[in-house]
Amino acid sequence: MLNIKNLEATIDNKHILKGLNLDIKPGEVHAIMGPNGSGKSTLANVLSGKTGYEIKGDIKYNGERLSELSTEERAQKGIFLAFQYPLEIPGVSTNTFLRTSLNSVRKAKGEKELDTLTFLKLIKEKSLELGINEKFLSRQLNVGFSGGEKKKNEILQMKLLKPKLSILDETDSGLDIDALRIVADGVNSYKNKENAFLIITHYQRLLDYIKPDFVHVLNNGKIVKTGNADLGVQLEKTGYSNLI
Amino acid sequence: MKTEDIKNNKDYKYGFTTDVENVRSPKGLSEETIRFISHIKKEPKWMLDWRLKAFNRLKVIKEPNWQKPKYPKINYQDLYYYSAPKSASEKPKSLNEIDPKILETYKKLGIPLDEQKRLNGIAVDAVFDSVSVATTFKGELTKKGIIFCSISEAIQKHPDLVKKYLGSVIPLSDHYFATLNSAVFTDGSFVYIPPNTKCPMELSTYFRINASETGQFERTLIIADKGSYVSYLEGCTAPMRDENQLHAANVELIALDDAEIKYSTVQNWYPGDEKGVGGIYNFVTKRGACRGKNSKISWTQVETGSAITWKYPSCILQGDNSVGEFYSIAITNNFQKADTGTKMIHLGKNTKSKIISKGISAGNADNMYRGLVEIKNKAINSRNYTQCDSLLMGNKCGAHTIPYIKNNNATSTIEHEATTTKINEEQLYYCNQRGLDQEEAVSLIVNGFCKEVLQQLPMEFAVEAQKLVAISLEGSVG
Repeated sequence: MLNIKNLEATIDNKHILKGLNLDIKPGEVHAIMGPNGSGKSTLANVLSGKTGYEIKGDIKYNGERLSELSTEERAQKGIFLAFQYPLEIPGVSTNTFLRTSLNSVRKAKGEKELDTLTFLKLIKEKSLELGINEKFLSRQLNVGFSGGEKKKNEILQMKLLKPKLSILDETDSGLDIDALRIVADGVNSYKNKENAFLIITHYQRLLDYIKPDFVHVLNNGKIVKTGNADLGVQLEKTGYSNLI
Repeated sequence: MKTEDIKNNKDYKYGFTTDVENVRSPKGLSEETIRFISHIKKEPKWMLDWRLKAFNRLKVIKEPNWQKPKYPKINYQDLYYYSAPKSASEKPKSLNEIDPKILETYKKLGIPLDEQKRLNGIAVDAVFDSVSVATTFKGELTKKGIIFCSISEAIQKHPDLVKKYLGSVIPLSDHYFATLNSAVFTDGSFVYIPPNTKCPMELSTYFRINASETGQFERTLIIADKGSYVSYLEGCTAPMRDENQLHAANVELIALDDAEIKYSTVQNWYPGDEKGVGGIYNFVTKRGACRGKNSKISWTQVETGSAITWKYPSCILQGDNSVGEFYSIAITNNFQKADTGTKMIHLGKNTKSKIISKGISAGNADNMYRGLVEIKNKAINSRNYTQCDSLLMGNKCGAHTIPYIKNNNATSTIEHEATTTKINEEQLYYCNQRGLDQEEAVSLIVNGFCKEVLQQLPMEFAVEAQKLVAISLEGSVG
């Protein structure tokens, strides 16, 4: 699904990713761990198509060169990023945003856009699964949301848009244990043979709930170690220092 | 309709012209022109005298020039002050008598005048250049005692009402453009809602400038008698032309005891091309008097068109407990300029006013909010709340806010909040990541920014206005 070869990324003259290689196949869950400043969020931004990066190397997504796709085309083709800091859009209700987003993706896929009523039925169903109160949907997007609400909202969007590759950028940060469980349940219930996850995190605790197939340690712009779920557990005990 | 005009007209879809034969006044501003207008409209003598009085006044006053957007000197002798489709020189009595080309024009503008085809129950007065060509749903309104007709017809059929109220809010000597309008106004709408009557449908006037070298000087007068309610909406478009055309309208609203007038404008005059050539000068005087106690006047404007928009829809809060509101969205793109805002004059006790202004500037445009809140010494316990937000798109545009605040008594309070923001790259990225393209993302963010104003519009027009907001800003983000 995703093949990253020798990826380098520079922003504002800062060389952040320095030759990163990663392969992700459908059905796999990959976790990326690593110290602050190692380039984890940059990887998420580069994959989702944030502008401003100077990029070298090659990324293929389902056979297409990712560099040839705009940010929205990547989203329409199934790359989803759960933001570390979801943005507020004043005056736009969560419902409106979600519907516009879903319909943009559907339109790009050649599917019929959903009318308001059908959409409301669908979103009600999805929010129920995540224990999200309906009232929440009529609030302005992320305005005045708590950290947990923002992250739940990201997972709701993921379940709604049904991406192929979901990138979770520190979705666990700032969550209490109940919210963490809800987010993890949301991910687990969406996991299947066709889609893949790239989970960026500082801590093992999210991985207690979402079992990764691979754990990668990112340091100074490169993956320095790859292992299975046990690597995460080990890191929790020993820290990164003897790996880097 | 000229097909080549329509083809060339990708950005401004109302830019076409209609080929109809016109009757025109002599060129230039003169007593002869005024007599011509008055004569062709078969006006009574008092009306002609009123016009001439305004014309005499005009000779001794000067055009104001304190506004921010400057424009080349207008040669008033080079304009036609009256232009009407020949077929409408006698006002048609039924739709069958209207020139089919004009009917086609309104159909193309999305304003079918055929009552059978109107599903949404909005009565329309259609003004084409200098004359009203049709008013729909008249019969139904008449049953309730509501008068909705062209001002020309009102002058003939309801002279007492016109005499009593015309110029009572905007005196004929008010300022240059208001006085000019008083001398040469050609048509516009007249509304009278009798006591304790709620107007059962939206009333609407659609203004269309078609002829070249013509100014449009319309005059609208709305009177809501005691305990009545009316919601009124005006829309405007014009063909694309290289010349700048002047539109200097006067709108007067009068709300008596316990009456409410809601006046909404969706202004989409031709804004000029992307280099700033052509476009309408929209120099309009709009003023409402809350004359009775507990009366309310609410202005909502969505200003997206015109080369220059220069207007301050205002409320004079005379009656005790009266309420004035002003909700505004002003969008300027390319080389458009706007100097707009409101005046809230508090005279009565316990009067309240609220101002919500959203200015959006893109391209090389310049957007100014200018507003006056004045609470007089007898207007005890009065309140004003003002919120002015500006949104900038790009680095070449400007946003300015000049509030004038005068509070003459200690029991009243005035609040003013202002913000200026640039459209946020991170917000755009977030939207793009959710599958929205750049234009959809801008439209969503801007509509969110304008929401408090958009939701004031009547349902039927809110959707239109949202689309218009998006279209006006197309191509403005890289």
